[in-house]
Amino acid sequence: MRFAFTDEQLELQRVVRDLLARECPPSRVRAAWDAPDAAPLTTWPHLAELGVVGMTAPERFGGLGLDELDLALILEEAGRAALPDPLVEHTAVAIPLVAELGDDAFADRWLGAAAAGRAILTVGLAGAPFVLDAARARLLLLEHRGELHAVEPGAVKLTAEPSIDGARKLARVDWHPSRATCIAAGPGARAALARAFDRGAFASAAVLIGVARRLIDMTVEYATLRTQFGRAIGSFQAVKHLLAEAHVAVELARPCVHRAAYALARGEADRAVHVSMAKAYASEAAALAARTALQCHGAIGYSFEYDLHLWMKRAWTVAAAWGDASWHRDRVATAILDPDLQPGAPHA
Amino acid sequence: MDLAFSPAEEAFRAEARAWLRAHVPRDLPPSGSKDGFAAHVAWEQQLHAAGWSVVAWPKAYGGRDASIVEWLIFEEEYYLAGAPPRVTQNGIFLLAPALFEYGTDEQRARILPPMAAAEVLWAQGWSEPGAGSDLAAVSSTAVRVDGGWRLRGQKTWSTRASFCHAMHGLFRTDPAAPRHKGLTYFLVPLDAPGVRVNGFRRLDGDEDFAEIFFDDVFVADQDVLGPVNGGWKVAMATTGSERGLTLRSPGRFLAAAERLVGLYRRTRPGPLLRDQVVRAWMDAHAYQLLTLQTVSRLIDGHALGAESSVSKLAWSELDLRLHETALGLLGGHAELAAGAPDAVDGGAWQKGFQFALAGPIYAGTNEIQKNVVAERLLGLPKE
Repeated sequence: MRFAFTDEQLELQRVVRDLLARECPPSRVRAAWDAPDAAPLTTWPHLAELGVVGMTAPERFGGLGLDELDLALILEEAGRAALPDPLVEHTAVAIPLVAELGDDAFADRWLGAAAAGRAILTVGLAGAPFVLDAARARLLLLEHRGELHAVEPGAVKLTAEPSIDGARKLARVDWHPSRATCIAAGPGARAALARAFDRGAFASAAVLIGVARRLIDMTVEYATLRTQFGRAIGSFQAVKHLLAEAHVAVELARPCVHRAAYALARGEADRAVHVSMAKAYASEAAALAARTALQCHGAIGYSFEYDLHLWMKRAWTVAAAWGDASWHRDRVATAILDPDLQPGAPHA
Repeated sequence: MDLAFSPAEEAFRAEARAWLRAHVPRDLPPSGSKDGFAAHVAWEQQLHAAGWSVVAWPKAYGGRDASIVEWLIFEEEYYLAGAPPRVTQNGIFLLAPALFEYGTDEQRARILPPMAAAEVLWAQGWSEPGAGSDLAAVSSTAVRVDGGWRLRGQKTWSTRASFCHAMHGLFRTDPAAPRHKGLTYFLVPLDAPGVRVNGFRRLDGDEDFAEIFFDDVFVADQDVLGPVNGGWKVAMATTGSERGLTLRSPGRFLAAAERLVGLYRRTRPGPLLRDQVVRAWMDAHAYQLLTLQTVSRLIDGHALGAESSVSKLAWSELDLRLHETALGLLGGHAELAAGAPDAVDGGAWQKGFQFALAGPIYAGTNEIQKNVVAERLLGLPKE
């Protein structure tokens, strides 16, 4: 029994953290807010060069053949940096989905380019109302009645749906499923799509851990420097206790996320329970961290020019995506308490 | 990462499960009376005779050299089998870790075997009327005399002290030193001349509290644990155990979560209570994962420090949530006392609820734990 990461996994986390500190400072996150929806990503080529963008692709397509355990800490770093790039959709979800369901020709056509970061793949699964980065993607993988369909953005109607997190470029996709767009159907496709949804929920939970940690770190720093009544506000118990509660929430959520990574990587039968625990706890922890960060910053945190809101808005939006805390808790309840019931769809 | 248990660990689990399922008593009275306490001690003596009382200790002291993972497995099986909380806990879980870290060979050989055998029962003597959360305000004193010390003062809120044989606790040995540097850790027989133990009842009605008065009590040098005036460090070794791993392993909460699921299936409540049930179930399992992560860090050679305060906040809150939720499921039956004709599960949920209410208070209040988290883990400035 060893519930810990390997030295290699921790080392890759450090490398990615350093890269993101250099290539994705808050100024880049703000620039992403202002960029057009189809503008090229700025950090993406650096992540691709490092192998991170394609790390989940099989080695014969130029990937690293790595799994969710290798990905978990990288996604935490993406959250810590408020990285605008679609590591969840492209790397954690789309690439494994194509590798599982695409035939040889389809895989040959897309996986090499996806692993190298030249082609962005994005996903619309489980009734999600909007698709992230649809305008800059080369391929949209869409779920329709238990089938996997693939469409190129030029062949569908995209309507931009601005998110409160300006770095998240959302679109509504109007399209017509057809025999030509269908990549896979049948029980195997359904099972793979269910796994893909769980990968997205796990990956966004991992991102939320990083977002929450960054919010707490920024707030600790601010509360140490900011003085009122002649002393640092972080010396007041009222402030300390808020931050301690947020810290405990994140520390409890984190092992749940790592457990979900393990369940996915090992293909465990009760994967969904672990994934839903992870997403439920991470979503609530991130929301608490955001609320705490704002309260402890006071008015400066409420200012658009101050960077804090970049992380708060990432916390709120990713907490709601891929099933929110209530939906995932309900899924655990159904599995544990009422196994005879079927859970509903996350975006009903 | 590998969450599988080894064949040896699985064999250990099977052996523990088989013995516990065959031997856990079904009809123990509550431990909060003299007779009830004696019945619990008899159970722990039976546990010891079969080699299960202190599995993680060295064999020489009555244990079976079990690894920390095996200890967690034992705790899971112990509570899943329906066995009661340990009346020996303030010895085996709190004093023993301090003895392993700070005791002499002579002290370990003399004190640990009868502690493991539930022949000598230990109480903790930390709190005083003027020293609760502010533990370093301890004002009971020990004055050097020929061959030992003379103790004066009063301890209070000492759990089970009226049924115990000995007490471990802090006394001030250098009133001139800074508060934390003038304390020494003493081991005191409760039948020593000058000791008076006055038991009184807790919120839940059990006679489990006691105040202890020391009127010029002689304690020999051999019963000083750790360095003279170094008692604070010894106490902190205990708090690490008390707040975190050894006192409250996940096993008891996982077992309570399973019972809660059973109660849910019997009562079939509406969606709001269902959500509370699943939250409580999830909290117990999240705490298990937090603990497995901590254990893996210990095995990797990391020291466990202020992180034990995170654990304490987690288990004390989840224990309360588990029991509050159960009372919600019980509805109008929730208020029934043990012994009421229609009490569900013998009134165990109400009893557990009232005990869980103590969790955020003992072992350092949760407000103190939040200060520790904020200052020592997050690095916020002291007041």
